[in-house]
Amino acid sequence: MLKFGVPLALAVLLGVFLFVGLQRDPSYVPSPLIGKQAPEFTLPSLHDPNYPVASKELAGKPWVLNVWGTWCAGCRQEHETLMAIARTGAVPLVGLDWKDDSAAALEWLRTLGNPYAVVASDPEGRVAIDWGVYGAPETFLIGADGKVLFKHIAPMTMEVWTREFLPRIQAANAGVAPAGG
Amino acid sequence: MNDMTVLHFSRYARGLLLALLVACAAPAFAIDTERAFDDPALQARYEQIGRELRCLVCQNQTIADSNATLAQDLRREVREMIAAGKTDDEIRTFMVDRYGDFVLYKPRMTPVNYLLWAAPVLLLLLGTFVGLRFIRKQSAQADEDGPEAGKS
Repeated sequence: MLKFGVPLALAVLLGVFLFVGLQRDPSYVPSPLIGKQAPEFTLPSLHDPNYPVASKELAGKPWVLNVWGTWCAGCRQEHETLMAIARTGAVPLVGLDWKDDSAAALEWLRTLGNPYAVVASDPEGRVAIDWGVYGAPETFLIGADGKVLFKHIAPMTMEVWTREFLPRIQAANAGVAPAGG
Repeated sequence: MNDMTVLHFSRYARGLLLALLVACAAPAFAIDTERAFDDPALQARYEQIGRELRCLVCQNQTIADSNATLAQDLRREVREMIAAGKTDDEIRTFMVDRYGDFVLYKPRMTPVNYLLWAAPVLLLLLGTFVGLRFIRKQSAQADEDGPEAGKS
């Protein structure tokens, strides 16, 4: 019994490990920023380089940071979803135009629509590094207290938005106004 | 054409081919050929750290190996931090704070990683244990069968 049982158990265990490994996406790297204070930034606005976009000004209520670029196919893919999310007005969407050509980015927003409350321009990618960005599109949810609540790496879908973002936004809003007022 | 010219030509062609191959191979040695520092000690540190950090868009490559824009940006950060007098540990911490432990090719000794570091020793011990048990069982078998049974 033991002669066959032990190798069989080991083989099954190995099989379970390999099977779980198959389900995992190796390109997904969990962010160490979750639960921590979001990195602060001040960057020129895409629409008016003289106007600074400062993360501090967004404090006090939840907001979303969406990292995108016109060179990024996944960003084109999620654009309609972002437009739909923006229409719900649940939370302000802040764009981070990452290592992009500003003229191309403006043209993109003109032709496809602009889902963002404001877009910060990061041509050198320094703020993106502070946020641990490694592949656009990436979408962060920041709470009213300035902590990073969630990060989604891949094009945004309504399913992800409804499942992961909305409940957290509702919880964050409830935290700000516990009396419901 | 006599034999001499054939020999001459083939030598020449062989030399040319070799030179061509070497020329093709040279860029493969390093993506980041530009020297970052005049000081050889700083340059050595820069190259060493570049080899320890993972390029997250092109996983399984270090930032020294990769020409992805993110790798270029991370090399720039490393260069600037070395120039600013930061220590190697401070640079590693900077990267881990942003990208997590996965950015390090050489995992740190943290509680999460204890099992990872211990795994080779544990597996060696397990292998020794199984091996010894097997040998003992074999020799016990041989003893049972009598002194002549093991011989063939």
